[in-house]
Amino acid sequence: MELDPLLLSRIQFAFVVSFHAIFPVFTIGLASWIALLEFLHYRTGSPVYEKLSKFWIRVFAVVFGMGVVSGIVMAFQFGTNWSAFSLSAANFLGPVLSYEVVTAFFLEATFLGVLLFGRDKVPRGAHLFAACMVALGTMISSFWILAANSWFHTPAGVELVDGTFHVTSWLQAIFNPSLPYRFAHMALASFITGGIVVAGVSAWYLVSGRNPETSKKALKITVIMLAIATPLQMVMGDLHGLNTFEHQPVKVAAMEGHWETKSGAPLVLFGIPDEAQETNHYEVAIPKLGSLILTHSLDGEVTGLDSVPAEDRPPVAIVFWSFRVMVGLGVLFIAVSLTAAVQLFRGRLFDSRRLLRLMSWMIPLPFIAVLAGWFVTEIGRQPWMVYGMLRISDAVTPSLSGWMALTTLIGYVAVYAVVFGAGLYYLRRVVIGGPDPIEEKAASPVGRPKRPLSAAHAPEDHDVRLAGA
Amino acid sequence: MELIDLTLIWIGIIGLGMFMYVLMDGFDLGVGILFPFAPDDQSRDLMMMSVAPVWDGNETWLILAGAGLLAAFPLVYAVFLPALYLGVFLLLAGLIFRGIAFEFRFKSNKNRRWWDRSFSIGSTVAAFAQGAVVGAYIQGFEVVDRQYAGGAFDWLSLFTVMTGLGVVTGYALLGATWTVMKTEGETQTWATRVSKRLLIAVFAFFIVVSLWTPLAKPHVMQTWLDGMQWLWIFPLLTTLVSLWVWRGLKRGHQATPFIGSMLLFGLFYVGLLISMWPYAVPPDFTFWDAASDPGSQLFLLLGMLFLIPIVLMYTAFNYWVFRGKVRLGAYDH
Repeated sequence: MELDPLLLSRIQFAFVVSFHAIFPVFTIGLASWIALLEFLHYRTGSPVYEKLSKFWIRVFAVVFGMGVVSGIVMAFQFGTNWSAFSLSAANFLGPVLSYEVVTAFFLEATFLGVLLFGRDKVPRGAHLFAACMVALGTMISSFWILAANSWFHTPAGVELVDGTFHVTSWLQAIFNPSLPYRFAHMALASFITGGIVVAGVSAWYLVSGRNPETSKKALKITVIMLAIATPLQMVMGDLHGLNTFEHQPVKVAAMEGHWETKSGAPLVLFGIPDEAQETNHYEVAIPKLGSLILTHSLDGEVTGLDSVPAEDRPPVAIVFWSFRVMVGLGVLFIAVSLTAAVQLFRGRLFDSRRLLRLMSWMIPLPFIAVLAGWFVTEIGRQPWMVYGMLRISDAVTPSLSGWMALTTLIGYVAVYAVVFGAGLYYLRRVVIGGPDPIEEKAASPVGRPKRPLSAAHAPEDHDVRLAGA
Repeated sequence: MELIDLTLIWIGIIGLGMFMYVLMDGFDLGVGILFPFAPDDQSRDLMMMSVAPVWDGNETWLILAGAGLLAAFPLVYAVFLPALYLGVFLLLAGLIFRGIAFEFRFKSNKNRRWWDRSFSIGSTVAAFAQGAVVGAYIQGFEVVDRQYAGGAFDWLSLFTVMTGLGVVTGYALLGATWTVMKTEGETQTWATRVSKRLLIAVFAFFIVVSLWTPLAKPHVMQTWLDGMQWLWIFPLLTTLVSLWVWRGLKRGHQATPFIGSMLLFGLFYVGLLISMWPYAVPPDFTFWDAASDPGSQLFLLLGMLFLIPIVLMYTAFNYWVFRGKVRLGAYDH
């Protein structure tokens, strides 16, 4: 079998970017959470906020570390595997990515040092400032990377001359049509992801009868936040979808499973898309609802996949199914968040053991929802690198051979397996270790010399404490 | 835009960014390279703690170099990375294993040895790969139609292995003199001893590379012969600075060996640029051939002029917060 460098490069990019994406999507939310805790601690002086912040900083240190190391890979993927694209789009992509580095990466990386290791070395205000700068850095970073990413989907402000993009308007190129929707959708996704993880961990502590004071405080704040953010995300997602319908109707056709362009299109709830026969098997659909959602009219015309030749269509089944996974999980998040909020206001949340247990099981789900959303939007962009302007087949590195791409693909899978395995193992230990108990003063035990601890150090005696708990 | 040569300004900015990277990640990669040779675990704890708050910021300069090249000299980005495809993977894998070791090492008890290895092997591989990149740059690239057209292993030759080892040794010197500056007692004594040996080794590499490069590359030979009168100040300065570092180590100075080692790197760096001038992708493409649109260079430049000083300011703040000798338990909380 001939190894295809294009296919292998696509798999590699999908793998490294998916692996990378789960970390920032969590740390963006978590950084704001830590900044909030530091602010509350600064204002009230309450040790509860301090213990909470210290605990979540330990988690943050591990996750951020994995995000940084996997992010460096991303900075070079465009060059190693997509050099034709790099050369073609550098005039736009280069400055945007460089702005991300100088406005965000340095901010995060530098103030992270103060946040992790500087609590006793700088005044309290400066430590709070560092926490805010890390949070701000993560937000700025997501703005730039989404500006670049949105431009792939809705390119604007450029002209393509002899295979090279030249920027005609920076304002239009950066604030391209899909950026506001994508940015709002992603920012909410980050807060929801962070919120569900914080709520899930706190709920787990409450169910296990540990750290009640800190966990109740954390759960209360996150449940209120989630009850606002999750329904808002549904609205935002809908607006993002309508924006996509305007600019990339073929992607929406794949998401919805619409093969034919027609007015009064149904909303397909379930079906098995068949690309060869251009139809859905076992389709379950609600008549006319598709048109109503997308065009706000029962008889509005909805573009189908047949509007473009087969070679210009994305793979339908994976886009169709990823979309359903994302929406389904979103609905679940809304239901659980609202239920939890109701229980909170009835004063019963902390005793609702089944609900708390459900929330702790939900921890992996926002990551799956986010990845499913990325699959929808990125696979739905195929076969285009830059939508309507540059095909992925014209973007790959010409000198790349199949075995080279395969070698690094296997290499990255192996390296990331180690990183991810170790990361999860140590995160588990941090979470089992839990926040420091409130009453205990930070005195080191007699007879054991103090040794330097990294920010993410889990107490060595956690097993003993657990056994005693 | 004829009044200002944007490309020239960008050579300066990218040059500065790469140099910042080489110095700053140089010393913390160097600490990693020396890790297995440290006298005991306590020294290793100290060495790692001395770079833990700053390594992430240091490594960010590499990302800036990558993104900056894409922005200002896309041809460099689009030729170097495919040409060094497998080397780039080694570099990134090395940086990954080095980076995660910081968080995981201090949290593990029984697996500590593995993270020690992850830290030192990762650092060494990353340093070697960077040295090989320098060697490959001197060697030149086969380019057809503005895309790399050579083979997968063109970058790997006797010459690039030698430059790779040279950079490993050089980073180790930076790491050793940094350790001299940041530690006391037994660790410092050991670091001083190691620094001396490394200084000799670095000087030896300097001589070999300085002779080999012009002999292999007639274009470099020509540059040096033409600039005979003033260019020879570089070998002279290198010798003087090396002697200054040596003297600092002999007399137990705290900071001068590290400052001197950074100066040595500065001299090598400027020397390399002069030798290769004006080629960005040798043997055919100059920096001006490799440049992006003037509009793109200008758009980014306007931000950079304002942002880079801010970045330097808070980077300095970070180093200032963690100034002085590192102590055990200093970051405990």
